[in-house]
Order: sequence, then C-alpha cells, then structure tokens
Amino acid sequence: MSADPFSNRKPETGAFFQRDRLWHPPAFTPDYKTSVLRSPQKALLSLDNTLSEITGPVFGHNMLGELDNDLIHNFAKPGESAIGPRIIVYGRVLDERGKGVPGALLEFWQANAGGRYRHKKEGYLAALDPNFGGCGRTITNEEGNYAFRTIQPGPYPWPNGVNDWRPAHIHFSVFGHGFAQRLITQMYFEGDPMIWQCPIVKTIPDRAAVESLIAALDREATIPMDARAYKFDIVLRGRRSSLFENRLEGN
Amino acid sequence: MAQALNRLKESASQTAGPYVHIGLTPNFCDIKGVYPADLGATMVNEKTKGERITIRARVLDGTGTPLKDALIEIWQADADGLYNSPSEMRGTADPHFAGWGRKATDMDTGECVFETIKPGRVPFKNGRKMAPHISFWIVARGINIGLQTRMYFPEEEAANAEDPVLARIEHKVRVPTLIAQRAADGAYVFDIHLQGEKETVFFDI
Repeated sequence: MSADPFSNRKPETGAFFQRDRLWHPPAFTPDYKTSVLRSPQKALLSLDNTLSEITGPVFGHNMLGELDNDLIHNFAKPGESAIGPRIIVYGRVLDERGKGVPGALLEFWQANAGGRYRHKKEGYLAALDPNFGGCGRTITNEEGNYAFRTIQPGPYPWPNGVNDWRPAHIHFSVFGHGFAQRLITQMYFEGDPMIWQCPIVKTIPDRAAVESLIAALDREATIPMDARAYKFDIVLRGRRSSLFENRLEGN
Repeated sequence: MAQALNRLKESASQTAGPYVHIGLTPNFCDIKGVYPADLGATMVNEKTKGERITIRARVLDGTGTPLKDALIEIWQADADGLYNSPSEMRGTADPHFAGWGRKATDMDTGECVFETIKPGRVPFKNGRKMAPHISFWIVARGINIGLQTRMYFPEEEAANAEDPVLARIEHKVRVPTLIAQRAADGAYVFDIHLQGEKETVFFDI
C-alpha cells in the first residue's frame, strides 16, 4: 500500500456509483455549437470499475506554494494586487454519500474582473490586468473543506451565437480518490440573471443540477472591510462499501 | 413513504472550455511564475523502474481535424502492475513513479507527447488479468463531460486477446480503436477519434 496522506483513515477500495448520465450534460448539445463535431455518437461502453478506475493519483499539501490559493496576489507584482471585487470562495468537497473528501486537489481558473482571460487565443477587447494571472489551486483538509481568495470575474462575450455571453464563472478541476471521480465543472454566482441565458449552462438538462453549481453569497463568512464570501460545495461520485464484496486483492 | 437515502447528486460537469490551460497547464500558456512547473508534465526520473516509452496522442473531431485545445490526462500502473494510490492494497508501487501525467495538445499540431514507462498487468475480478493499458481522460472546449478511454499495446496480442475489458466490446471491428500503433521511431501513436467510422470506444466506467 502506498503512503496514506489521510492520517488514520482506512483507504476505501469499493467501486464508484454509476454516473447519472441524465443529470450531466449529454455530449451532443447543438446550441453549444462546438459540441457538434466533438461529441461521441456511439453508445458508451458501460463497465463496473476495475482497479484502474478505483485508484487515483495523490497530491500532497507540500506541493502547494504559499500563494497558490490567493489569485489576488499570486501573479501580482510585490506590493500590488489584482483589480476587482475581492471575494473568498469556500466550501466542501463531498461524495454522493455525504462524506467529506480529504486530500482532494482543486484547481481553478477564471477571467479577470473585466471578463478577459490571460490567453493567446483570447480576443475580447477588455483590458488585461497586469496583476492577475487567473489560476490557483488548493487541497481539501481532513474534513474536505477548502477556501481561496480571488476577485469576482466579469461576464464576457463568446463566438457561439452572434450575441452570446457567458455569465461570470470560475472553472474548477477536481480530483477525488479514484480516477473515475475526475471532474471539471464551473461555479456561477448567486443572483446572476445571465446564468439562465447561457448555452453552456443550458447543456445541463436539469434545473436543480444547474442550481447546485451556483455559489451562495454568505454574509456570515464575509470578512468586514476586506472581502465578500461565496460558498461552493462540490459533490464527487460516491463509492460502494466493499464490506460484502469479494475483495479485489483476496479472491 | 420510506426513509430517505440522503444521497447527494454529483456536481454536474461543464466543459473545460478553450482556456483550460490557464488552470491546468499555466506554464504551457505562458503564465509563468505562479507554479514552478505544470503538474504532471514529467512522469519518470532516472530511478523509475521499467521500459521507457513515448506516446504521441492526438484527439480528432468529426472532420478528422486534430483538436488544438484539448487536454489529456493519463493514469497507469507501474512496471509491476501496481498503482501508486492509497486504494492499492496489493503492495507498494514504485516510489519514483506517480503513474499520472497531464499534457495539453500542441496549439499548432494538435499532438501531445507523454514520456512514461510501459505498465505491468493489473488484475481484473476473479484473478483474471487485464492486458497492459493506460487510462485516458480527455477534456476540451465542446466536450461537455470528460471522456474516458484506454490505450492498449499492439505487441501484446495474446494479452489483448484475453483482456476482459476488450472482450466486452460487442463490435470487434472497434477494438483496434483502443490499440496504439507503433511508429518507425518506436513511439506509440494513439489517435482518439471523437466521431465517425473510427470513433474510439469511450467508457461509462
């Protein structure tokens, strides 16, 4: 067994719950035009997890730099900071059983306050912020909690329809404990009317599934005279208990 | 009425978008100085056990055009067939091999290159063994939920023939979509076709 970064927690070896493909966006969503030529058309091959999916890479807290969870400062010149509404994003990574997921690597990226990404393929005329790079990362603690500082990103136009705009959002990449839990999603902001006009949001068929991607403004977690706070919990696939199953290693 | 199961629903997937590099490979897209190196860029060092291999991978859309904005992650066992993971209960994997790699496809050619080792065989249920394989996870603009597939090795004909996952593919004509080709320089070439006659077998796993 590999070194366990999760203290005295016993590693789990059960297969992950079947993914609810009706809850996630389907591959083919013609109103999001790029999906048309990039969506598999044949049926997926459904298989119970093998060891190759039950296992997954581990990332230790020692890989993190001091400013990795502070997008206001991690690209800024010394003594300067990114421009925009200062916010804290915090929450918990859980699995479908409601258990906290410790040691989960979260990576996030976003546009600046004007809605501009720092990327050579980005053509929006909004200005770059010389003090904002747009990436950050953190690892959940023993209870599955995480937090980071950033600025609230702006909405931006994108070439899909003639006049399509993305609502303000932060991209999240999430690792759980098994490669089968790998997930990328996006966080939206409570009260933004543009969420419900977005072709990418609308790839998700279920309104409740969209609502679970909208972070709540949390006045109680706000730091007075510093930053507002948004709460964003993330749920990864749960896994079966292996109590009554033949142990993969035994047989 | 019965008791509530109190299960949560998995957070819905959303596309990685065209700017996935900012978050996952910032050095690749010229955001320097935030992280010392892109995570998963280097998989082996001089102490890693096993046969060195090179994989050149591409992702092609329904017109056969390579995606120049895709991101691929791979996950594999070490040379002895052990995963470097807390859920690996059979033994201790090579400490010099994490087994996980990440690459963005080149913005001009659409190709990405993994320098890794050939994995050992990993057991399936009931003691059967799977053929050596590497798990692939593909995201990009226009892909709403990450795609899962596997790469197998062309020289492992006997092992591939008894692989329980490949055996589940009903249309045998599609099995070769999961088997890499060997280039003249020895590298494995793995083209992932999102659509069309050569559409790669993707898994719901």
